[in-house]
Amino acid sequence: MSFASLSAFYYMDGHGVYVWAAYGLTLVILAANLWWPMLARRNIIRAEKSAMLKGMNSQRQEDQS
Amino acid sequence: MLNWLHRLGSSKIFFEVSGRWQVPLLLLSVLMLTGGAAWALLFVPPDYQQGHSVRIMYIHVPAAILAQSGYVMMAGAAAVFLIWRIKLADVAVKCIAPLGASITFLALVTGAIWGKPTWGTWWVWDARLTSTLVLFFLYIGVIALRSAMERQAGAGRACAILALVGVVNLPVIKFSVEWWYTLHQPASFSLTEKPAMPVEMWLPLLVMVVAYYLFFFAIWIMRIRNEILLREKNTDWVKQWLAVR
Repeated sequence: MSFASLSAFYYMDGHGVYVWAAYGLTLVILAANLWWPMLARRNIIRAEKSAMLKGMNSQRQEDQS
Repeated sequence: MLNWLHRLGSSKIFFEVSGRWQVPLLLLSVLMLTGGAAWALLFVPPDYQQGHSVRIMYIHVPAAILAQSGYVMMAGAAAVFLIWRIKLADVAVKCIAPLGASITFLALVTGAIWGKPTWGTWWVWDARLTSTLVLFFLYIGVIALRSAMERQAGAGRACAILALVGVVNLPVIKFSVEWWYTLHQPASFSLTEKPAMPVEMWLPLLVMVVAYYLFFFAIWIMRIRNEILLREKNTDWVKQWLAVR
């Protein structure tokens, strides 16, 4: 462990603000990279399933008439 | 091997195989990223010159390595698409460009943040920094060209050619620290030599580099799978796959 106390860990001899800014930005960018395709996948599945159901319904109506 | 590669070139088979790998790959990468970051933040000794700001190295250097090797992978996929007309390679080029751009942006900004306490400045027009900025614009160019030509027949080919032309920038980045020795330090890692750092400093860096690679591959695969679903949505196998979701 490189730090004696929690406040030393925050402060890092004055470099804390740079270190935490860099780590914070990394977390944001990596999380956004993960979140984006997960959201896209959910939207694709939802859109294509509803398109499939619509297709089936119109097929059924055609069969009935 | 060739036969295996050819099978993987089929969208359907890639989708099936990658479906088994994406979650373990992602979990392993997140685990390594968390562990590596905790190691870098808590246990790495402060540098005798840079003090605690050396901890930024563990997120900056992997991002910078990946920014460049991501471009190599994109250009490789572009070449495969141009030579063999494998559609999956075009999907790969399309899906890696935003990912590579975001990692290059991360490398640039974490570098700027690291520069302030160590060099006394956020930015200089040093050769390494400038050529990495050009790398960022090359990724943006590939994304912009694709969106400008969307739904046009030649979009994939045009993007592939642009990606290949941009390869000339890579040796400039690589050797910039040797040709013009200005502010940016030379490479901290090399495949052939022993690192100049003590083991308690380079081992966590190695963990972070591997973790970034795994994360990069996991996200690339997730994006490729989405693109395959969109492009193949009218095929029977995608309809069957959707039916059980």
